Amino acid sequence: MDNFTFGVTMMVCGMGGTILTLYIMSLIMRLLGKFFPFKKEEE
Amino acid sequence: MEQAILGGLQGLINGFLHLDWRSIVMLCVGLVLLWLGIKKDCEPLLLVPIGFGCILVNIPVADLMGKEGFLRVIYDMGVSNELFPLLIFVGIGAMTDFGPVLANPSTFLLGAAGQFGIFLTLIIALALGFPQLDAVSIGIIGACDGPTAIYVSSRFAPHLLGAVSVAAYSYMSLVPVIQPPIMRLLTTEKERNTIMPSMKGSVSKTTKLLFPLVITVIGGLIAPMGLPLLGTIMLGNLMKESGVVSRLTKASENEIANVVTLFLGLSIGATMVGSAFLRPQTLIVLCLGLFAICLDTVCGVCFGKIMRVMSGGKVNPLIGAAGISAFPMSARVVQKEGQKYNKKSYLLMHAMGANAGGQVGSVIAAAVMLSVLAGMGIIK
Repeated sequence: MDNFTFGVTMMVCGMGGTILTLYIMSLIMRLLGKFFPFKKEEE
Repeated sequence: MEQAILGGLQGLINGFLHLDWRSIVMLCVGLVLLWLGIKKDCEPLLLVPIGFGCILVNIPVADLMGKEGFLRVIYDMGVSNELFPLLIFVGIGAMTDFGPVLANPSTFLLGAAGQFGIFLTLIIALALGFPQLDAVSIGIIGACDGPTAIYVSSRFAPHLLGAVSVAAYSYMSLVPVIQPPIMRLLTTEKERNTIMPSMKGSVSKTTKLLFPLVITVIGGLIAPMGLPLLGTIMLGNLMKESGVVSRLTKASENEIANVVTLFLGLSIGATMVGSAFLRPQTLIVLCLGLFAICLDTVCGVCFGKIMRVMSGGKVNPLIGAAGISAFPMSARVVQKEGQKYNKKSYLLMHAMGANAGGQVGSVIAAAVMLSVLAGMGIIK
Protein backbone atom coordinates (compact mmCIF):
# COMPACT_ATOMS: atom_id res chain seq x y z
CA MET A 1 0.00 0.00 0.00
CA ASP A 2 1.39 3.40 -0.92
CA ASN A 3 1.93 6.04 1.72
CA PHE A 4 -0.75 8.38 0.39
CA THR A 5 -3.48 5.73 0.56
CA PHE A 6 -2.23 4.65 3.98
CA GLY A 7 -2.22 8.20 5.35
CA VAL A 8 -5.65 9.08 4.03
CA THR A 9 -7.12 5.79 5.29
CA MET A 10 -5.64 6.33 8.75
CA MET A 11 -6.96 9.89 8.82
CA VAL A 12 -10.46 9.01 7.68
CA CYS A 13 -10.94 5.68 9.47
CA GLY A 14 -8.67 6.42 12.43
CA MET A 15 -9.77 9.92 13.32
CA GLY A 16 -13.32 9.33 12.11
CA GLY A 17 -13.47 6.10 14.07
CA THR A 18 -12.15 7.79 17.20
CA ILE A 19 -14.70 10.61 17.03
CA LEU A 20 -17.53 8.20 16.27
CA THR A 21 -16.57 5.84 19.09
CA LEU A 22 -16.30 8.65 21.61
CA TYR A 23 -19.58 10.13 20.39
CA ILE A 24 -21.31 6.76 20.88
CA MET A 25 -19.74 6.53 24.33
CA SER A 26 -20.94 10.01 25.26
CA LEU A 27 -24.46 9.02 24.19
CA ILE A 28 -24.24 5.88 26.32
CA MET A 29 -23.08 7.97 29.27
CA ARG A 30 -26.03 10.29 28.77
CA LEU A 31 -28.36 7.28 28.73
CA LEU A 32 -26.76 5.84 31.85
CA GLY A 33 -27.28 9.17 33.58
CA LYS A 34 -30.94 9.17 32.55
CA PHE A 35 -31.67 5.57 33.53
CA PHE A 36 -29.76 5.76 36.80
CA PRO A 37 -30.06 9.33 38.02
CA PHE A 38 -28.30 10.45 41.16
CA LYS A 39 -30.48 10.13 44.25
CA LYS A 40 -30.08 12.28 47.32
CA GLU A 41 -29.84 9.16 49.52
CA GLU A 42 -26.53 8.31 47.85
CA GLU A 43 -24.95 11.30 49.52
CA MET B 1 53.52 -13.77 35.74
CA GLU B 2 54.09 -10.40 34.07
CA GLN B 3 51.64 -11.35 31.37
CA ALA B 4 49.04 -12.33 33.94
CA ILE B 5 49.42 -8.96 35.70
CA LEU B 6 49.21 -7.11 32.37
CA GLY B 7 46.15 -9.15 31.45
CA GLY B 8 44.58 -8.31 34.79
CA LEU B 9 45.30 -4.61 34.33
CA GLN B 10 43.94 -4.83 30.79
CA GLY B 11 40.68 -6.11 32.29
CA LEU B 12 40.50 -3.02 34.49
CA ILE B 13 40.93 -0.56 31.64
CA ASN B 14 38.85 -2.49 29.12
CA GLY B 15 35.82 -0.27 29.69
CA PHE B 16 37.83 2.90 29.00
CA LEU B 17 39.35 1.38 25.86
CA HIS B 18 35.93 0.64 24.41
CA LEU B 19 34.47 4.03 25.28
CA ASP B 20 33.60 5.72 21.97
CA TRP B 21 32.08 9.16 21.34
CA ARG B 22 28.57 7.70 21.09
CA SER B 23 28.80 6.20 24.55
CA ILE B 24 30.07 9.50 25.96
CA VAL B 25 27.24 11.48 24.34
CA MET B 26 24.67 8.97 25.60
CA LEU B 27 26.10 9.12 29.12
CA CYS B 28 25.55 12.87 28.91
CA VAL B 29 21.99 12.31 27.63
CA GLY B 30 21.38 10.05 30.63
CA LEU B 31 22.72 12.73 32.95
CA VAL B 32 20.47 15.36 31.33
CA LEU B 33 17.43 13.12 31.86
CA LEU B 34 18.43 12.64 35.49
CA TRP B 35 18.88 16.40 35.88
CA LEU B 36 15.43 17.02 34.36
CA GLY B 37 13.88 14.49 36.71
CA ILE B 38 15.74 15.40 39.90
CA LYS B 39 16.33 19.13 39.60
CA LYS B 40 13.48 20.23 37.36
CA ASP B 41 10.89 17.76 38.67
CA CYS B 42 9.91 16.73 35.11
CA GLU B 43 8.13 13.37 35.43
CA PRO B 44 10.83 12.17 37.89
CA LEU B 45 9.18 8.77 38.38
CA LEU B 46 9.97 7.94 34.78
CA LEU B 47 12.88 10.15 33.83
CA VAL B 48 15.09 9.03 36.74
CA PRO B 49 14.96 5.29 35.88
CA ILE B 50 15.10 6.10 32.14
CA GLY B 51 18.16 8.29 32.65
CA PHE B 52 19.87 5.69 34.82
CA GLY B 53 18.98 2.89 32.39
CA CYS B 54 20.48 5.00 29.61
CA ILE B 55 23.71 5.39 31.60
CA LEU B 56 23.87 1.67 32.45
CA VAL B 57 23.40 0.50 28.89
CA ASN B 58 26.00 2.84 27.46
CA ILE B 59 28.83 1.73 29.70
CA PRO B 60 30.84 -0.47 27.33
CA VAL B 61 31.74 -4.13 27.85
CA ALA B 62 29.14 -4.66 30.61
CA ASP B 63 26.60 -5.51 27.86
CA LEU B 64 23.56 -5.23 30.11
CA MET B 65 21.25 -5.52 27.12
CA GLY B 66 23.06 -8.63 25.93
CA LYS B 67 21.41 -12.02 25.93
CA GLU B 68 21.79 -12.54 29.67
CA GLY B 69 22.07 -8.95 30.82
CA PHE B 70 19.64 -7.99 33.57
CA LEU B 71 18.20 -5.11 31.55
CA ARG B 72 17.44 -7.53 28.71
CA VAL B 73 15.67 -9.81 31.17
CA ILE B 74 13.49 -6.93 32.39
CA TYR B 75 12.87 -5.76 28.82
CA ASP B 76 11.79 -9.22 27.68
CA MET B 77 9.71 -9.66 30.81
CA GLY B 78 7.40 -6.75 30.19
CA VAL B 79 8.23 -4.38 27.36
CA SER B 80 8.66 -6.63 24.33
CA ASN B 81 5.39 -8.38 25.21
CA GLU B 82 3.65 -5.05 26.09
CA LEU B 83 2.80 -6.21 29.62
CA PHE B 84 4.23 -3.28 31.61
CA PRO B 85 2.20 -0.49 29.94
CA LEU B 86 -0.93 -2.55 30.51
CA LEU B 87 -0.18 -2.97 34.21
CA ILE B 88 0.38 0.78 34.43
CA PHE B 89 -3.03 1.25 32.84
CA VAL B 90 -4.71 -0.75 35.61
CA GLY B 91 -3.17 1.73 38.06
CA ILE B 92 -4.23 4.74 35.96
CA GLY B 93 -7.80 3.41 35.85
CA ALA B 94 -7.74 2.97 39.62
CA MET B 95 -6.56 6.55 40.08
CA THR B 96 -8.90 8.27 37.61
CA ASP B 97 -12.25 9.70 38.60
CA PHE B 98 -14.52 9.76 35.56
CA GLY B 99 -17.21 11.59 37.58
CA PRO B 100 -16.76 14.99 35.87
CA VAL B 101 -17.01 13.53 32.37
CA LEU B 102 -20.01 11.40 33.38
CA ALA B 103 -21.69 14.50 34.78
CA ASN B 104 -21.16 16.34 31.50
CA PRO B 105 -20.75 13.77 28.69
CA SER B 106 -20.37 16.41 25.96
CA THR B 107 -16.87 17.15 27.30
CA PHE B 108 -16.00 13.62 26.18
CA LEU B 109 -15.93 14.93 22.61
CA LEU B 110 -13.16 17.35 23.55
CA GLY B 111 -11.16 14.21 24.31
CA ALA B 112 -11.69 13.20 20.69
CA ALA B 113 -10.59 16.57 19.31
CA GLY B 114 -7.44 16.33 21.40
CA GLN B 115 -6.37 13.27 19.41
CA PHE B 116 -6.20 14.99 16.00
CA GLY B 117 -2.49 15.55 16.52
CA ILE B 118 -1.87 11.80 16.36
CA PHE B 119 -3.23 11.42 12.87
CA LEU B 120 -1.91 14.69 11.45
CA THR B 121 1.57 13.91 12.76
CA LEU B 122 1.34 10.41 11.30
CA ILE B 123 0.74 11.96 7.87
CA ILE B 124 3.67 14.36 8.29
CA ALA B 125 5.94 11.49 9.38
CA LEU B 126 4.91 9.59 6.25
CA ALA B 127 5.65 12.65 4.14
CA LEU B 128 9.11 12.85 5.73
CA GLY B 129 9.81 9.32 4.54
CA PHE B 130 9.30 7.25 7.68
CA PRO B 131 8.03 3.71 7.08
CA GLN B 132 4.32 3.28 7.79
CA LEU B 133 4.56 1.55 11.18
CA ASP B 134 7.28 3.96 12.32
CA ALA B 135 4.95 6.83 11.39
CA VAL B 136 2.19 5.23 13.49
CA SER B 137 4.54 5.03 16.48
CA ILE B 138 5.63 8.65 16.03
CA GLY B 139 2.04 9.85 15.66
CA ILE B 140 1.05 8.13 18.88
CA ILE B 141 3.23 10.57 20.85
CA GLY B 142 0.29 12.90 20.18
CA ALA B 143 -1.80 10.73 22.50
CA CYS B 144 0.21 12.53 25.20
CA ASP B 145 0.04 9.29 27.10
CA GLY B 146 3.25 7.46 28.01
CA PRO B 147 1.92 3.90 28.40
CA THR B 148 -0.06 4.12 25.13
CA ALA B 149 3.00 5.39 23.27
CA ILE B 150 5.14 2.61 24.76
CA TYR B 151 2.52 -0.04 23.99
CA VAL B 152 2.28 0.95 20.33
CA SER B 153 5.95 1.64 19.66
CA SER B 154 7.24 -1.46 21.47
CA ARG B 155 4.99 -3.47 19.21
CA PHE B 156 5.56 -1.81 15.85
CA ALA B 157 8.78 0.17 16.05
CA PRO B 158 10.92 -1.10 18.96
CA HIS B 159 13.93 0.73 17.49
CA LEU B 160 12.09 4.02 18.14
CA LEU B 161 10.94 3.07 21.64
CA GLY B 162 13.56 5.17 23.45
CA ALA B 163 12.94 8.32 21.40
CA VAL B 164 9.14 7.94 21.44
CA SER B 165 8.99 7.33 25.20
CA VAL B 166 11.37 10.14 26.10
CA ALA B 167 9.40 12.49 23.83
CA ALA B 168 6.05 11.39 25.28
CA TYR B 169 7.08 11.78 28.92
CA SER B 170 9.16 14.93 28.46
CA TYR B 171 6.43 16.77 26.57
CA MET B 172 3.79 15.59 29.03
CA SER B 173 5.72 17.28 31.79
CA LEU B 174 6.09 20.37 29.61
CA VAL B 175 2.33 20.75 29.11
CA PRO B 176 2.24 23.85 31.40
CA VAL B 177 4.83 25.45 29.11
CA ILE B 178 3.54 24.23 25.74
CA GLN B 179 -0.19 24.83 26.08
CA PRO B 180 -0.74 28.39 27.44
CA PRO B 181 0.76 30.30 24.46
CA ILE B 182 -1.34 28.25 22.02
CA MET B 183 -4.45 28.81 24.13
CA ARG B 184 -3.84 32.56 24.17
CA LEU B 185 -3.08 32.67 20.46
CA LEU B 186 -6.29 30.93 19.41
CA THR B 187 -8.80 32.64 21.70
CA THR B 188 -10.08 36.18 22.06
CA GLU B 189 -10.14 37.93 25.42
CA LYS B 190 -13.94 37.73 25.43
CA GLU B 191 -13.79 33.95 24.98
CA ARG B 192 -11.19 33.53 27.71
CA ASN B 193 -13.32 35.60 30.07
CA THR B 194 -16.35 33.35 29.68
CA ILE B 195 -17.63 32.06 33.00
CA MET B 196 -19.04 28.56 32.69
CA PRO B 197 -21.93 27.64 34.99
CA SER B 198 -20.97 25.32 37.81
CA MET B 199 -21.61 21.66 37.01
CA LYS B 200 -24.99 20.54 38.25
CA GLY B 201 -25.88 17.12 39.50
CA SER B 202 -23.74 14.29 40.73
CA VAL B 203 -23.40 10.88 39.17
CA SER B 204 -25.07 7.83 40.64
CA LYS B 205 -23.03 4.92 41.92
CA THR B 206 -24.75 2.61 39.39
CA THR B 207 -23.68 4.84 36.50
CA LYS B 208 -20.11 4.91 37.79
CA LEU B 209 -20.13 1.11 38.05
CA LEU B 210 -21.68 0.52 34.66
CA PHE B 211 -19.44 3.01 32.87
CA PRO B 212 -16.25 0.86 32.77
CA LEU B 213 -18.23 -2.24 31.83
CA VAL B 214 -20.18 -0.60 29.00
CA ILE B 215 -17.11 1.21 27.67
CA THR B 216 -15.10 -2.03 27.66
CA VAL B 217 -17.76 -3.97 25.78
CA ILE B 218 -18.64 -1.24 23.25
CA GLY B 219 -15.03 -0.12 22.79
CA GLY B 220 -13.88 -3.74 22.54
CA LEU B 221 -16.47 -4.50 19.87
CA ILE B 222 -15.55 -1.42 17.82
CA ALA B 223 -11.78 -1.70 18.21
CA PRO B 224 -10.91 -5.22 19.39
CA MET B 225 -7.18 -4.78 18.71
CA GLY B 226 -7.02 -2.13 21.39
CA LEU B 227 -8.96 -4.08 23.99
CA PRO B 228 -5.90 -4.72 26.18
CA LEU B 229 -5.45 -0.95 26.58
CA LEU B 230 -9.11 -0.20 27.14
CA GLY B 231 -9.78 -3.29 29.23
CA THR B 232 -6.97 -2.68 31.71
CA ILE B 233 -7.81 0.99 32.33
CA MET B 234 -11.46 0.10 32.81
CA LEU B 235 -10.62 -2.83 35.10
CA GLY B 236 -8.73 -0.45 37.35
CA ASN B 237 -11.65 1.97 37.32
CA LEU B 238 -14.21 -0.75 38.05
CA MET B 239 -12.16 -1.88 41.05
CA LYS B 240 -12.01 1.71 42.31
CA GLU B 241 -15.71 2.40 41.83
CA SER B 242 -16.90 -0.93 43.21
CA GLY B 243 -15.22 -0.15 46.50
CA VAL B 244 -15.15 -3.83 47.45
CA VAL B 245 -11.57 -4.61 46.43
CA SER B 246 -9.78 -1.72 48.05
CA ARG B 247 -6.68 -3.85 48.62
CA LEU B 248 -6.41 -4.59 44.91
CA THR B 249 -7.16 -0.98 44.01
CA LYS B 250 -4.48 0.31 46.38
CA ALA B 251 -2.00 -2.28 45.15
CA SER B 252 -2.71 -1.31 41.52
CA GLU B 253 -2.24 2.40 42.09
CA ASN B 254 0.70 2.03 44.45
CA GLU B 255 2.83 -1.11 44.72
CA ILE B 256 2.19 -2.58 41.25
CA ALA B 257 2.35 0.79 39.50
CA ASN B 258 5.56 1.70 41.37
CA VAL B 259 7.38 -1.55 40.63
CA VAL B 260 6.28 -1.57 37.01
CA THR B 261 7.22 2.10 36.58
CA LEU B 262 10.72 1.32 37.79
CA PHE B 263 11.11 -1.65 35.43
CA LEU B 264 9.51 0.23 32.55
CA GLY B 265 11.76 3.24 33.00
CA LEU B 266 14.91 1.13 33.22
CA SER B 267 13.92 -0.88 30.14
CA ILE B 268 13.20 2.23 28.10
CA GLY B 269 16.53 3.73 29.14
CA ALA B 270 18.12 0.45 28.12
CA THR B 271 16.90 0.89 24.54
CA MET B 272 18.84 4.14 24.27
CA VAL B 273 22.07 2.62 23.01
CA GLY B 274 24.25 5.21 21.31
CA SER B 275 24.47 3.47 17.92
CA ALA B 276 20.66 3.26 17.69
CA PHE B 277 19.74 6.55 19.37
CA LEU B 278 22.25 9.01 17.96
CA ARG B 279 20.75 9.41 14.53
CA PRO B 280 19.09 12.38 12.80
CA GLN B 281 15.92 10.28 12.90
CA THR B 282 15.75 10.64 16.71
CA LEU B 283 15.85 14.42 16.47
CA ILE B 284 13.04 14.35 13.91
CA VAL B 285 10.99 12.07 16.18
CA LEU B 286 11.45 14.49 19.10
CA CYS B 287 10.40 17.45 16.91
CA LEU B 288 7.39 15.60 15.53
CA GLY B 289 6.34 14.63 19.06
CA LEU B 290 6.34 18.27 20.12
CA PHE B 291 4.43 19.17 16.98
CA ALA B 292 1.85 16.45 17.74
CA ILE B 293 1.14 17.78 21.22
CA CYS B 294 0.87 21.36 19.90
CA LEU B 295 -1.59 20.14 17.26
CA ASP B 296 -3.65 18.36 19.92
CA THR B 297 -3.95 21.63 21.81
CA VAL B 298 -4.81 23.58 18.66
CA CYS B 299 -7.54 21.11 17.67
CA GLY B 300 -8.89 20.90 21.23
CA VAL B 301 -9.19 24.69 21.55
CA CYS B 302 -10.75 24.96 18.06
CA PHE B 303 -13.29 22.30 19.01
CA GLY B 304 -13.96 24.24 22.20
CA LYS B 305 -14.71 27.26 20.01
CA ILE B 306 -17.15 25.20 17.95
CA MET B 307 -18.86 24.04 21.16
CA ARG B 308 -19.03 27.66 22.28
CA VAL B 309 -20.85 28.65 19.08
CA MET B 310 -23.21 25.67 19.33
CA SER B 311 -23.99 26.36 22.99
CA GLY B 312 -24.70 30.02 22.38
CA GLY B 313 -21.54 31.27 24.06
CA LYS B 314 -21.77 29.22 27.25
CA VAL B 315 -18.55 27.24 26.75
CA ASN B 316 -15.13 28.69 27.46
CA PRO B 317 -12.95 27.32 24.62
CA LEU B 318 -9.94 27.10 26.92
CA ILE B 319 -11.32 23.80 28.29
CA GLY B 320 -10.68 22.28 24.84
CA ALA B 321 -6.96 22.33 25.61
CA ALA B 322 -7.59 19.80 28.38
CA GLY B 323 -8.82 17.19 25.90
CA ILE B 324 -5.45 15.47 26.04
CA SER B 325 -4.31 12.62 28.22
CA ALA B 326 -1.97 14.53 30.54
CA PHE B 327 -4.25 14.03 33.55
CA PRO B 328 -4.83 16.15 35.64
CA MET B 329 -2.01 18.50 34.68
CA SER B 330 -3.75 19.84 31.61
CA ALA B 331 -6.96 20.57 33.53
CA ARG B 332 -4.94 22.53 36.08
CA VAL B 333 -3.29 24.53 33.28
CA VAL B 334 -6.74 25.45 31.93
CA GLN B 335 -7.97 26.48 35.39
CA LYS B 336 -4.89 28.64 35.95
CA GLU B 337 -5.13 30.23 32.54
CA GLY B 338 -8.87 30.91 32.92
CA GLN B 339 -8.32 32.59 36.28
CA LYS B 340 -5.65 34.84 34.83
CA TYR B 341 -8.32 36.58 32.77
CA ASN B 342 -11.29 36.30 35.10
CA LYS B 343 -10.86 35.68 38.79
CA LYS B 344 -14.48 34.48 39.01
CA SER B 345 -13.95 31.81 36.38
CA TYR B 346 -13.77 28.25 37.74
CA LEU B 347 -13.05 25.96 34.83
CA LEU B 348 -11.43 23.14 36.79
CA MET B 349 -14.33 20.66 36.87
CA HIS B 350 -15.21 21.26 33.21
CA ALA B 351 -11.56 20.88 32.28
CA MET B 352 -11.35 17.70 34.39
CA GLY B 353 -14.22 16.30 32.33
CA ALA B 354 -12.39 17.11 29.10
CA ASN B 355 -9.18 15.73 30.58
CA ALA B 356 -10.81 12.44 31.61
CA GLY B 357 -12.28 12.37 28.10
CA GLY B 358 -8.77 12.86 26.76
CA GLN B 359 -7.54 9.96 28.90
CA VAL B 360 -10.11 7.62 27.39
CA GLY B 361 -9.81 9.37 24.01
CA SER B 362 -6.11 8.60 23.70
CA VAL B 363 -6.72 4.94 24.47
CA ILE B 364 -9.63 4.80 22.02
CA ALA B 365 -7.54 6.54 19.34
CA ALA B 366 -4.78 3.95 19.76
CA ALA B 367 -7.31 1.11 19.81
CA VAL B 368 -9.04 2.38 16.67
CA MET B 369 -5.67 2.87 15.00
CA LEU B 370 -4.64 -0.73 15.75
CA SER B 371 -7.94 -2.09 14.52
CA VAL B 372 -7.76 -0.04 11.30
CA LEU B 373 -4.20 -1.32 10.74
CA ALA B 374 -5.42 -4.88 11.29
CA GLY B 375 -8.35 -4.25 8.96
CA MET B 376 -5.94 -3.07 6.25
CA GLY B 377 -3.89 -6.22 6.76
CA ILE B 378 -0.80 -4.28 7.86
CA ILE B 379 -0.66 -5.96 11.27
CA LYS B 380 -2.02 -9.25 12.51
